[in-house]
Amino acid sequence: MSARAGACARGALLLVVLSVALGACAVQPRGDRLYHELGGGPGIERLVDAFLLRLAADERVVDSFADTDIEAFRQRLIEQFCELSGGPCEYGGRSMLEAHHGLGIDDAQFNALVEDLILALADVDAPWGARNRLLGLLAPMHRDIVKR
Amino acid sequence: MTRCVGMLLLTIVLVAGPAHAGPGSRILATGGASPIEGGSGGGLSPWATITGYASSGETGFTAFATHVSVADFGLTTAGAAVGWHDRVEASFARQRLQVDPLDMTLEQHVYGVKVRVLGSLLYTPWPQVSVGAQHKRHRDFALPAALGARDDSGTDVYLSASRLWFAAVAGRNLFANVTARRTRAVETGLLGFGGDRNGHRTVLETSLAVFLTDRWVVGYEYRQKPDLLDSVRERDWQDAFIAYFPSKRVSVVAARVNLDEIANLPGQDGWYLSMQVAW
Repeated sequence: MSARAGACARGALLLVVLSVALGACAVQPRGDRLYHELGGGPGIERLVDAFLLRLAADERVVDSFADTDIEAFRQRLIEQFCELSGGPCEYGGRSMLEAHHGLGIDDAQFNALVEDLILALADVDAPWGARNRLLGLLAPMHRDIVKR
Repeated sequence: MTRCVGMLLLTIVLVAGPAHAGPGSRILATGGASPIEGGSGGGLSPWATITGYASSGETGFTAFATHVSVADFGLTTAGAAVGWHDRVEASFARQRLQVDPLDMTLEQHVYGVKVRVLGSLLYTPWPQVSVGAQHKRHRDFALPAALGARDDSGTDVYLSASRLWFAAVAGRNLFANVTARRTRAVETGLLGFGGDRNGHRTVLETSLAVFLTDRWVVGYEYRQKPDLLDSVRERDWQDAFIAYFPSKRVSVVAARVNLDEIANLPGQDGWYLSMQVAW
C-alpha cells in the first residue's frame, strides 16, 4: 500500500472513529456526561477509594477523620459524586452545611482535601475534562464546609 | 556562572521535595508567577492572587529572577515576596534596565503590598478581588530627568480581580485577571514619574490563560500604559506566555513579548524568561 493510500485509510478510519464517538455522545442524555466520563458507578468507586487512600496518607487532614465511620463516609461520597455527575443515585447524607457544622474546618484543610481529590483523579487517570468538571461542581461547597 | 550552578542545584533540591508539605496548602499554580514589578501575577501585570501557597494560618515565601530581552533593552529583575494567610502580600523587586544604545544601566526598586479584600479564586462565584500599591524608587535619575520626567519616585495603586472557570474551554480551566492601575510612572517608572502631562492616569491590564493540564498554562497579557512625556512616546505592552509548574516549589515562565516602542526606539520585540521558587 502506498504512503498516500495508507494516510487515506487512516483518515477514513479516524472519521469512522470520530463519528462513532460523536454519535455515542449524542445518544447519551447530556446530564450524565460527567458520570460516564468518570467511568460510571465502578469508576466513581475507584475514585472514592483513591481519594480515601490519599486522605489517609495526608497528615494535614487525617486526624479530622479519627471519629469518622469510614465505610459510611465512603458510601456517602460515592452517592454524592454519582448524583453530582448526573448518575442514577440519590445522595442520602446530611447537607454539606450540617455534616461539617462545628468541625472547624479552615481554608488550609479544605485546600488539602481538594489537593487530595486532584491527586486521586490523577491516580484513576480521569480525563482532564472530567477532573475539572467535578472540581467545578464541588468548589462552591467551600461556603458550607469551611467555618466562618 | 557559580550563581547559575547554585540556582540549578537549589532547583533540583526543591523539585525533589514531596508533593504536599512544604510551601503551603493552596492548590498548585494559584500563587501565579512573579511579574517584573514583583509580587504575584503574570509576567507584566499584578493579579489579585497572593504570592506562594500559604492558606489560612500559613505563611509562604517566593523569590524570583526574570530577564527580558528586546531589540535595544534588557531588563533584569529579581526579588522576593511573602504571602500571609492568603490575605496579605508584601514584595520587593530590584530592576536593572540595560539601555544598549547608550551602554547605560538604570536601576529601580519596587516595594509592593497587596491585600485580598473579597472572594476566592477557586471557591466563590464572584472573583477574588485585591487592592495593592507599588512604591517605586529610581536610582539613576539623570536620564529620566533629561527626558522630562519630574520625580524619581512614585506610587501606583491598583485594584485587581482574578477568576478561574472550571472546565470552560474544551474541559480545560480558564483564568482571567483584570487590573486597573492609577499611575504616573513612565515606562513603569524606569523612565521616571510624572512629566509634561503630570496627573495620575488610570490604565487597564488584562491577562487571560488556559490550564492545558494542572502544570502547563498558556496565556496572553495586555498592559495599557500612560503616555506622559512629549519627548518620548509610550506604547502599550503585550506578551504570550507558557508557564510550567512542576511542583509547588518551582515554576518557570517563558514568553514572547512585544514592548512596541520605548524611548523613540521602535520594534522592541523579544523574549521573557522567569523562574520562581517558593517555600
